[in-house]
Amino acid sequence: MKQESVTIGKSIVIKGEVSGSEDLTIEGHVEGKIELRDHILSIGSSGRVQAHIVAKAIVVHGEVTGNLTAAEKVDIRESGAVDGDIVAPRVAIADGAKFRGSIDMRHEASATASDRSAKGRKAETFTPAPASANGEPVNV
Amino acid sequence: MAEVLDLGPAIGSNIAFLGERIGCKIHVKDLYADLERHAREEATLSCDHGADSLDAVLCWDIFDYLAAPAAAALAGTLVRALRPGGALLALFGSGNTADRSYTRYVIEDDSHLRYRSVPAACGRQRSLQNRDILTLFGGLELFDSVLLKSGVREFVFRKPGEP
Repeated sequence: MKQESVTIGKSIVIKGEVSGSEDLTIEGHVEGKIELRDHILSIGSSGRVQAHIVAKAIVVHGEVTGNLTAAEKVDIRESGAVDGDIVAPRVAIADGAKFRGSIDMRHEASATASDRSAKGRKAETFTPAPASANGEPVNV
Repeated sequence: MAEVLDLGPAIGSNIAFLGERIGCKIHVKDLYADLERHAREEATLSCDHGADSLDAVLCWDIFDYLAAPAAAALAGTLVRALRPGGALLALFGSGNTADRSYTRYVIEDDSHLRYRSVPAACGRQRSLQNRDILTLFGGLELFDSVLLKSGVREFVFRKPGEP
């Protein structure tokens, strides 16, 4: 069965809430909220999005300002730029892509990027051990 | 969930290592991207995080690119933002301030970093001595330090106190 997909063209400007049950590609400008819980959202290289996004998977070639929540994966490609918080079990950031914000890869697909509570927080710490990049290390 | 602040550019394999393998929440604040503005406007580079809110900070070699007052101001905000028991990693080069590039550090695995130079808006400002580094992070305890064959020095500091 052929997967349905819709494209919002370069000249289209949408302000408000976008939701649907098919894959969507945005090449235009969208402000507000985008919800495609069971489908893939692609922001094309000319796409400009200022929105809170919830989708099954999100692929970013263009610019996004806002929080991204994906049940499966967020993929920021080389030309992509994201300024916002990401919640997704998998996040891929290509070399050259721009990202500023936080990334939460907990396996809680229903969690939202705006959920900044400390629920389930444990007193665990991460120690970045010095790593030798060039041969044997020497203590100083 | 541990919270890590990465002051370098977002790098896919670092995100995968920290997020998927270590299970951290990662905050990316690419201060290298702000270096040009910092150099041009003398803008302050700071950390927006509240006191005792971070478990670890990856500074990479950002302090080599900052003038002394800016470095002290940034170090102060990072020390405040670390939780007791939290760790801070910083690398320091051996000199060559004429080179207008910075280094991208890629976490390969538990014990290896790969790095490569990319063009930068400004070169390294100075080469800090070990005593300057210890002074810079006066609120922290030195946990470990390593001198690489390349001359790069790696320091891990910890904030005193129980996690």
